[in-house]
Amino acid sequence: MRSFCVLWLLACITLAPPFAAAATPAATLPQDSAYRIPPLLLRDQQGTTFAFASLRGTPRLVGMFYGSCQMVCPLEIETLKRIEQTLHRRGGTPVSVLLVSFDPARDDVARLKQMAAEHHVQAPLFRLARPEHGDEGMLAGVLGIAYRPLPDGSFSHNVVVALLDADGRLRATTDASATIDPAFVQAILDLQAAR
Amino acid sequence: MPARIAGWLMLLALAPVAMAADYVAIPGGHFVSALAVDSAAARIAIKPFAMRVEPVTNAEYLHFVRAYPDWQRGQVTPLFAGSQYLAAWRDPLTPGPDARPDQPVTGVSWFAARAFCAGEQARLPSWYEWEYVAAADASRRDARGDPARNQQILGAILASTGHLPGRIGQHPANVFGVRDLNRLLWEWTGDYAAMFPNADARVAGAGPSLALCGGSALAFADKSQFALMMRVAALTALQPADAAPRVGFRCVRDLPGA
Repeated sequence: MRSFCVLWLLACITLAPPFAAAATPAATLPQDSAYRIPPLLLRDQQGTTFAFASLRGTPRLVGMFYGSCQMVCPLEIETLKRIEQTLHRRGGTPVSVLLVSFDPARDDVARLKQMAAEHHVQAPLFRLARPEHGDEGMLAGVLGIAYRPLPDGSFSHNVVVALLDADGRLRATTDASATIDPAFVQAILDLQAAR
Repeated sequence: MPARIAGWLMLLALAPVAMAADYVAIPGGHFVSALAVDSAAARIAIKPFAMRVEPVTNAEYLHFVRAYPDWQRGQVTPLFAGSQYLAAWRDPLTPGPDARPDQPVTGVSWFAARAFCAGEQARLPSWYEWEYVAAADASRRDARGDPARNQQILGAILASTGHLPGRIGQHPANVFGVRDLNRLLWEWTGDYAAMFPNADARVAGAGPSLALCGGSALAFADKSQFALMMRVAALTALQPADAAPRVGFRCVRDLPGA
């Protein structure tokens, strides 16, 4: 195994280049805006269809989930609700949330509606959405979200909720676990104060 | 020779665009992945699909960046492709002497590979799809139990480390009709970033940061598949915008009704 570790280190050194700085001037969107992903059409728990890029204009939290997830995804939604409560206590305003399903085959609008009701969240402030057209994998990639279907129908995945500023730049992330990250809340407050 | 002329005419009619890639139908089936699920070997059901016979080449990628200038080096947003994107190419529209037309394109990010496949109504394979086809050799659908075959693959990888991949098509196709899966290069899969060993990982960014050599090895049910372990370690070390000199890709398509 030792030789394998050495090989792995070599692979890291030779294969992992540094992330490039922005090279070309911004046109309509900043170079590092998540809204630069190819067109992605979504439908939320109320059946409303909208383009992901149309959400530009206000800061929001964006994450992904799948509806049949038993443990982490319900926790993700409850944690986001608690972040909203913390914001309110600290003088902030409600922040819009978008969670996109990476299991559109099973997460239809009826299921999204049911989940929203179970967690007492309402659109448009808190949207659960499914991809209708386009590649949600591109969204996952820019947010640092990874998922892989497992043989039993569940997914191996991580949880990342990203704070995007009004232009779609990623300002902070949280794993949305039970403990609320004060730095993440502060990043939202800072963004709201700057507007 | 009217039959021969008719044959040529039919070929012409079937060639919709220049650079149309060869895909071959892969029958569905079951196999045991070398990757563990919850620390145990997992039997995976694969639906029928179609796979590119060979990895995407520099010539094909040049065709793509001409058609989609947003993906040219110098034009692409750094969000989707890092500084090493197409680094071996002489300039954005000239692969040049270090990137011959029949060599696999490498130095392409996962985002770029996804976009290329979407451009030919295809997608990146899942890890399981790739692994299922790569388990075959020229005569067997699953040759992974053959130590000599495994050693040959490993030898080829070690011998070529530090070089750009050689030309495609230098070895016989496997029993599915697919070439160059194991020896030539690492290939992006659509779900590569989620190949970390623990399901439902809750830590932000858990993919790459947990993909230490021990971590990746622990995720393997079949410890004899050393070349696959190296492949998983190399892939999971990358961010999706990274472009690496030995990482390229091939695309797959869903089959109607599968």
